[in-house]
Amino acid sequence: MSTVSWITARGLFGRRRFLLLLPLPVLLVALAVLSRALGVPPTDWGPPVLVGLGLAVVLPVVALIVGTGVLGAEIDDGTVVHVLTTPLPRWQIVLPKLAVAAGVTAATVVVPLFAAGLLADSVRLGLALAGAAAAGALAYSALFLAASLLTRRPVLLGLVYVLIWEGLLGNVITGTRVLSIQHYVIAVADRLAPTNLLETTVSVPLAVTMTVLVSVGFTLLAVDRLRSFSVAGETS
Amino acid sequence: MTTISNPAPPTTTNSSTLALAGVSRWYGNVVAVNDVSMSLGPGVTGLLGPNGAGKTTLLHMMAGFLAPSRGAVTLDGQPTWRSPAVYRRLGLVSEREAVHSFLTAYEFVLATAKLHKLPDPQAAARRAVDLVELADAQDRRIGTYSKGMRQRARVAAALVHDPQVLLLDEPFNGMDPRQRLHMMELLHSLGDAGRTILFSSHILEEVEQVSGTVQVMVAGRLAASGDYRTIRRLMTNRPHVFAIRSTDDRSLAVALMAEPSVTGVELGRTGLTVRAGDYGAFTRMLPKVALARGVRVHQLLPEDESLESVFSYLVEA
Repeated sequence: MSTVSWITARGLFGRRRFLLLLPLPVLLVALAVLSRALGVPPTDWGPPVLVGLGLAVVLPVVALIVGTGVLGAEIDDGTVVHVLTTPLPRWQIVLPKLAVAAGVTAATVVVPLFAAGLLADSVRLGLALAGAAAAGALAYSALFLAASLLTRRPVLLGLVYVLIWEGLLGNVITGTRVLSIQHYVIAVADRLAPTNLLETTVSVPLAVTMTVLVSVGFTLLAVDRLRSFSVAGETS
Repeated sequence: MTTISNPAPPTTTNSSTLALAGVSRWYGNVVAVNDVSMSLGPGVTGLLGPNGAGKTTLLHMMAGFLAPSRGAVTLDGQPTWRSPAVYRRLGLVSEREAVHSFLTAYEFVLATAKLHKLPDPQAAARRAVDLVELADAQDRRIGTYSKGMRQRARVAAALVHDPQVLLLDEPFNGMDPRQRLHMMELLHSLGDAGRTILFSSHILEEVEQVSGTVQVMVAGRLAASGDYRTIRRLMTNRPHVFAIRSTDDRSLAVALMAEPSVTGVELGRTGLTVRAGDYGAFTRMLPKVALARGVRVHQLLPEDESLESVFSYLVEA
């Protein structure tokens, strides 16, 4: 583990807001278990729980908390200066932080999504959801990590993207799904385990291409922005 | 009683020069730094100025954390902005107290040494921690430290790679008198070892004790640069004030009043206060006049050569 990853992970797990990660995955599994136990048909509870909660809320919100936490929190409290006053090329700072963010996000959402998919349909659906969510975790993390360097309010920007763009516009104007990581995840999961529980208008090639583009593009953007990182301009 | 050991900085003598050429920085319509040029070589220099003078903005530009709106900041010819490689030769202790509070001081300094990819990070971390006298508390989490101890941990991290240039923004903030004294000695010894040290402060006594060389910022401009006593002597529009005690103050006062270099004399209980327009002419003339009058001068003290006087003249100008 690189020193940057080690400091990032220590900082992430040492902050209280990390505890915010726990309730959502627990709720996802609890609802799936409850629905299964009550004998509700998976066609009734599958879409709202797997997509409405799992892919539309748990995955992006966990990614938002972690993705903005690995760099945005250090920028907020000023500790990022210690890492930046070293001769490390900036990609050697961004990539370990992205790896921690994507890894922690994936580790947090993969197991509950696998469990929910298993309870709703099959092991195959569970694995498909887990795999697609892991790819989505990378794309979301790259997006939110870059947001930390683009704005002083990355959480607000991330919430607008998740709630307004993906959550609201994605359901009303299907064209906006082309720029929705949530729908890339749905498309990929549906290809890996075809099921009527997952539905999207986004094609798989587009989803895969866009996932790669978002991940790589926002990572490159983050590296570039970090090269030009400015501290707040106090003039005392 | 606690004794203060002399810090032992490394003894390498390679020096670096930090240069600013016509540097300005503005935020919208507000000009924070206005056309500043300076060159900093080995030794300790104080960056002085009232609050809002642009010291921190200037330091941030020197440290590569702010792009100049105009002009260039270079370290040995290499721009500091967007050049991470300069941090091999440059260390920064910013004003903001932020430290990774979940790490111990040793972990923090060691992590910094590893980020610098030093060949023996453990030895470098131990040396830096010793240098700031933090060895006894190095295994405690920084979150439990006092303000002064946190500051020393940050200084240790900034020194771990033995930089040629060290920039410190208000380094004495939060330090107790003993820590302050130790930090002053450390800066002195680093300067004597050929390092380029620049520290900002708005506390004149601190600057006066650490460095004779100052860069004075006033309202975003570089108001003066160099040894503050020399700066004072160049202020020919302000009379120099001397306190004189002699065997016959009254007689000496009469004689001095006849001299063209003297603009005023005040006879007090403890001696004379003399205002001289020309520093050089007055100091050359005084012994001759005293000798001619048969007066023995016991004491001659320049009264307004303190940094405080120089600073107040510059700010008022």
